[in-house]
Amino acid sequence: MATQKQKKQEKPIVLFVNEEKEPLFSKKNRSLVTDPLNDNNPITVQVLGICSALAITVQLKPALVMAIAVMAVVVASNVIVSLIRNFIPNRIRIIVQLVIVAGLVVLVDLVLKAFAYDVSKQLSVFVGLIITNCIVMGRLEAFALANGPWKSFLDGIGNAAGYGAILVIVAFFRELLGSGKLFGFHVVPQAFYDMGYMNNGLMLLSPMALITVGLLIWVQRSRNRKLIEK
Amino acid sequence: MSFLRNKIDQLKKPFLKGAKFEKYAPAFGALETFLFVPNHTTKKGAHVRDAVDLKRTMFMVIIALLPALVYGMYNTGYQHFSQLGEAFTFWDAFLHGAYKMIPMIVVSYAVGLGIEFIFAIYRGHEVNEGYLVTGLLIPMIMPIDLPLWMLAISVVFSVLIGKEAFGGTGMNILNPALTARAFAFFAYPTFMSGDKVWVSEATNIDAISGETILGKLAAGKDVAWNASDMFFGSIPGSVSETSTLWILVGAAILILTGVGSWRIIVGGFIGAALTALLLNQFPVNALMGFPWYQHLIVGGLAFGIVFMATDPVTASQTQTGKWIYGLLVGFFCILIRVLNPAYPEGVMLAILLMNVFAPTIDHYVVNANIKRRKKRLIAVQNIKTVS
Repeated sequence: MATQKQKKQEKPIVLFVNEEKEPLFSKKNRSLVTDPLNDNNPITVQVLGICSALAITVQLKPALVMAIAVMAVVVASNVIVSLIRNFIPNRIRIIVQLVIVAGLVVLVDLVLKAFAYDVSKQLSVFVGLIITNCIVMGRLEAFALANGPWKSFLDGIGNAAGYGAILVIVAFFRELLGSGKLFGFHVVPQAFYDMGYMNNGLMLLSPMALITVGLLIWVQRSRNRKLIEK
Repeated sequence: MSFLRNKIDQLKKPFLKGAKFEKYAPAFGALETFLFVPNHTTKKGAHVRDAVDLKRTMFMVIIALLPALVYGMYNTGYQHFSQLGEAFTFWDAFLHGAYKMIPMIVVSYAVGLGIEFIFAIYRGHEVNEGYLVTGLLIPMIMPIDLPLWMLAISVVFSVLIGKEAFGGTGMNILNPALTARAFAFFAYPTFMSGDKVWVSEATNIDAISGETILGKLAAGKDVAWNASDMFFGSIPGSVSETSTLWILVGAAILILTGVGSWRIIVGGFIGAALTALLLNQFPVNALMGFPWYQHLIVGGLAFGIVFMATDPVTASQTQTGKWIYGLLVGFFCILIRVLNPAYPEGVMLAILLMNVFAPTIDHYVVNANIKRRKKRLIAVQNIKTVS
């Protein structure tokens, strides 16, 4: 009994110390950021966060803002939950996570309304719906609850970047082919329209976002054979 | 015959295994099987083989399509010249239609077969014959003045995403020809609907009124054509969908040769007729009051049900399922036509919708059969135990 008590006292609750004593950008840590960009992409491999990818990728600007907003929420919630992971009673962890995420989403929403009002109006409910984005809760449950703050921070960056990258690629094609613009500027020259070229109206409808994501998955898997399920 | 065989064998040499162009063997094989039935034999188990393989089946469909295609070409010219008020002969009208139509067919085949060949070579399988019919169907269901590059993109979309993404011919969920039309319909609506697209070169002539009958009805205008015009097909519309008569000739060919399912065709017409009859009882607007028998002969309903809904890949496979599938295609077609003013023609969306549900229908039909037979088995066992 005595030895057990001693052991418990010996192990203080660690907050900011790098537990594993490995360099900040070790190979393992780097892979936390790079993996979700390709092999473990939240959208194309895990198929999470699809709804928002369909809804806000008509134009590049809202897609980019959305990507940044999600990154802010994922990173901040990952770090916060990772910091308090040893105090959260296991039974109520979901509600605790939800409160944290909800608070962060409200913050992001207010910041957007203050500094980027037009984009905020375009994104409308989808800013608020970040709270339901599976990626946020998924990373908290799968990673932040079991890892230290620095690793969780990197994991958040990686996953949000993987999500944002797909968002931006889809929005690029949809805005270019659907309305002939990029970031709101006309890029398809007028000469094309004079020759009979027309914008593709289907690109503006959400089915085409799904098909574009599907094509990205197709391209990714034919380049990266190990992703194909047997 | 043996002379031809020898010549082909000589040409085939560089494509054989281990030879220079081995990679392109599927492309060569596709052309070779146009002339000769391949002499492959199955290696395992017993197989029932028939002389009518996929290529011959597809050719039957093309033959069935020809009457509607030829009449469609004539009607294209007929609409053009008669709206213009010029005098013309049969050949004037036909040649005008052919002049418009042949580039569309060539583009459709070139683009579609190009993609098929590339995929066959890349994946190392034989070129499938499915596109032979699709390639002819696509220009037949488009408005005559659709720019060729839009046609090409629609073909790319339907072959690539409608078919190859699912694994090629025989694996597609949606009818490829209708996928192409739906793509064009939603991507370039100004070229696919309205009053300027159905008559050849209508945009150049101000006085022309080129709306389809269903378009006019949806807009609340009077229809100047009578039922015999609608049946014989001298009305504006997509190229080959106007003449119910020649479509029925095609249907007869399909049914007599056993290529198309008569259950789907009959079911489709009955479903549409009953739905239209029901809606006729509440003639609130012009479309609801449109006589039920005219619903059957106007627009693309006949063409869709005869040539698209019967597609053996995307339709239901079971006999009962075919009835249900056909009836529902007819039902949804009329429902979309009448109750949704945004889509005056409903057969395209109705068939695509039912394509998606066809496997579900089959599933329940098969399950019902299993249940029935189980019940029978139990009944027999009970009798045995009693006696």
